Amino acid sequence: MRKYQPYIMLLLLLLLPLFGLSTYMMHILILVIMWSVIGMAWNLLGGYCGQVSFGHAAFFGVGAYTAGILYFKTGISAWWGLPLSVVIVAAEALIIGFICLRLRGPFFALATLAMGEVLRVTAENLRGFTQGALGILIKERTWVEKTWYYYIIVLIAVGAFVLVKKIIESKLGYYFVAIREDQDAAESLGINTTLYKTIALTISAVLTGIAGAFYTNYMGYIDPEIVFALHDISIITIMVVMVGGVATYWGPVVGAVIMVLLAELIRSLPRIGTAHQTLFGILLILIIIFLPNGIVGDYPKIKRILGFRRRVGTTS
Amino acid sequence: MAPLLEIRGVSKFFGGLAAVVDVSFRIDRGEIVGLIGPNGAGKTTLFNVINGFYRPSKGEILFKGKRISGLKPHQICRLGIARTFQVVKPLQRMTVLDNVIASAFLRSSSKREAVEKAEEILRFTGLYEDKDMLSRGLPLGKRKRLEIARALATDPELLLLDESFAGLNPTEQNESIEIIKKIKERGITILIIEHHMKVIMSISDRVVVLNYGEKIAEGSPDEVGRNPLVIEAYLGEAISA
Ligand SMILES: Nc1ncnc2c1ncn2[C@@H]1O[C@H](COP(=O)(O)OP(=O)(O)OP(=O)(O)O)[C@@H](O)[C@H]1O
Ligand SMILES: [Mg+2]
Repeated sequence: MRKYQPYIMLLLLLLLPLFGLSTYMMHILILVIMWSVIGMAWNLLGGYCGQVSFGHAAFFGVGAYTAGILYFKTGISAWWGLPLSVVIVAAEALIIGFICLRLRGPFFALATLAMGEVLRVTAENLRGFTQGALGILIKERTWVEKTWYYYIIVLIAVGAFVLVKKIIESKLGYYFVAIREDQDAAESLGINTTLYKTIALTISAVLTGIAGAFYTNYMGYIDPEIVFALHDISIITIMVVMVGGVATYWGPVVGAVIMVLLAELIRSLPRIGTAHQTLFGILLILIIIFLPNGIVGDYPKIKRILGFRRRVGTTS
Repeated sequence: MAPLLEIRGVSKFFGGLAAVVDVSFRIDRGEIVGLIGPNGAGKTTLFNVINGFYRPSKGEILFKGKRISGLKPHQICRLGIARTFQVVKPLQRMTVLDNVIASAFLRSSSKREAVEKAEEILRFTGLYEDKDMLSRGLPLGKRKRLEIARALATDPELLLLDESFAGLNPTEQNESIEIIKKIKERGITILIIEHHMKVIMSISDRVVVLNYGEKIAEGSPDEVGRNPLVIEAYLGEAISA
């Protein structure tokens, strides 16, 4: 039964648009799946390899701007930004990796955070290239309907899921986890930790960049505040994985569902303004305290608590 | 033929502190060499220099005639030197089997091969029953054993063992002595740091003694045991029998 789970899931995903969902529902689904991809990407580096990045907006943003600038400067379809972003973001990841991966633990986290911010400010100031704060608008939208966007992001997500799973079950995965658990031990066991951390970072960055390039095509508008956002991209990425379950296959998916729905919910509250960041902060703290392994990681615990409650309910 | 390992005038300073001072000795293929000395004598530091965690401040280290000082630890491991840690470093949230698979990959061309090698080594070291346990759940004695298993999985020619007997009960100690003898039978050369004199004297072919970073004696266990310098260095410290 468990073996078929992914296939049932896939079938469900492919059939969903046929149920005549509203445009809004489709939009939410697309966001959820896009965030799953970003979460899976972060999870590979942060969850499995133990290199916690606070700057994944750096990769999302560059992916998004690759598509945006390609379209804006050459008039070529922004969809070509997807393959092109792979190359550009991989190059970016190698440079950022070279700078940041020599640092360990919190120093790595801080360095990535700085990278994200540096890129945001750069994108704001390189007006001739990025249009600065004005942003880039994709005038000719490919489709009015959401269906094809949906299928494209599903394709990307399935690809990312399979890729991450294959990697984790292979030598690479063993090396990533070994590095997470003890970098010195890993190194002394013959693992070139610098090399394998760079590989983890590059794959993670590229997947995030693809999601960014998709975002440009889907939303039709980007500016530095949006795609290089510290809170709305980098921090939410971490939350998606933490809420769902660090170093689990389905964690990022579950986390994406919850975070996207939560964001929508909070957005619909009246007079909330930027206080939503506070709410997210509180949520993050609660999660760390009560579900340190996320919903997927702490599922047995959740089941136990809920099961317990139910039993109490029936006896009283 | 060049000795397997040659340490030539190696010193290691931490700021003003001389942890290892002008130490030279060689290890031949097939030997078990004991490295002893009081606490803080510089034994672990010497391991860290051999395996590449530290660069020697002075001197050089040759492995099979080639200079290895300056290489990274993973490169030195690939060349054939594996080590264990005095303060054990299990990959905590990995199972015992996965710990060993991770290091078996170094010389395996497929995952299947790595798994088979890891299982063989777990049987060899008597950890097979615990293979599915998370390594952080292991008792200390077995964690020490896991250190050895993991190092063996990299197929070393030279194995550096840092106090693999500390904290073991007598039964576990005897088991470990047996394992080390079997490792030697596999043709692996061993440099072992140990405080238990009984262990060192019973398994070593040769013993090197460090005190305050300097080599003060070298020879057969008997010679070293009678050396007045060695007895003095250990004076006050109970020679654990
Ligand atoms: N990274 C370091 N920085 C500064 N000093 C160090 C460092 N590592 C070791 N030392 C010092 O070097 C000296 C030798 O330490 P080392 O750990 O090599 O001794 P040891 O012979 O292994 O002792 P033990 O038997 O207690 O394990 C000690 O004085 C120690 O405090
Ligand atoms: Mg020591």
